[in-house]
Amino acid sequence: MTVFLNGEPADLAPDATVLDALAALGVPQAGVAVAVDGSVVRRADWPATPLPDGARVEVLRAVSGG
Amino acid sequence: MDDTLLIGGRKIASRLIMGTGGAANLEILERALVASGTSLTTVAMRRVDATTGTGVLELLRRLGIEILPNTAGCRTAAEAVLTARLAREALETDLVKLEVVADDRTLLPDPIELLDAAEQLVDDGFTVLPYTNDDPVLARKLEQAGCAAVMPLGSPIGTGLGIRNPHNIAMIVEAAGVPVVLDAGIGTASEAAQAMELGCDAVLLATAVTRAADPERMAHAMRLGVEAGRAAHGAGRIPRRYWAQASSPDVDR
Repeated sequence: MTVFLNGEPADLAPDATVLDALAALGVPQAGVAVAVDGSVVRRADWPATPLPDGARVEVLRAVSGG
Repeated sequence: MDDTLLIGGRKIASRLIMGTGGAANLEILERALVASGTSLTTVAMRRVDATTGTGVLELLRRLGIEILPNTAGCRTAAEAVLTARLAREALETDLVKLEVVADDRTLLPDPIELLDAAEQLVDDGFTVLPYTNDDPVLARKLEQAGCAAVMPLGSPIGTGLGIRNPHNIAMIVEAAGVPVVLDAGIGTASEAAQAMELGCDAVLLATAVTRAADPERMAHAMRLGVEAGRAAHGAGRIPRRYWAQASSPDVDR
């Protein structure tokens, strides 16, 4: 299935979870937060939250600003 | 007398709140933060990529500076609410500097989206510090919505034009029951002092320091400006007079 990781399409297994999406993105997991289709998924729920086909996954972290 | 700033029940040791945007590198930022004496500092939330560093968070934690995530870049209430929730999850803080701007040219707050987002975030348990227009009516509505402070702009973000409407800031201060933080537009130390003389409880700035020719020195100047303005506000200035009034004795001359 295809999901959108920070706007970029990615092919993942049909049973892929939020944790799998983070692995596909290849970024450190400390200090990041994840939203799927506009809702935050808590860190503790990453391994058990499956992604629907076409999910929009946003992975954010703090940077200098403001 | 204890003059510690309280925002949402939190003690904020310094009345100069800094932003971390605009510095050429982390070493310059660190020296500026230390010279400013700040105890609360903003960060932005952005999409991660493999090259993004976490340096700024490590720096703030090492310096013992509390983190104030912002929602910079958000145009709608929905975007800002999601960004605030992501910041809370990533940074484990319920503090948020709420920014919902209308366009890139002015970066002025969109008052309708801002108030909507503030109401949603207050309901969701956030300590909301909204970046707002210098509009006493909007400031009052944000306070009524449950915001922990109101943060009116002096002038648009990054312009360094100072406080364009001091009378509005004074009216906001006069009516507010929550701390007023002058946020945005400060260019130099006298303007930070002016904000405090107008009765603001704190000043939030970034560009004026981080893009100054010597950020560390300007950070120190801003610290002094905020302290001087706070002291002058408390001291009670003399009334303005039309004609001169001699300060030396006018007898036996």
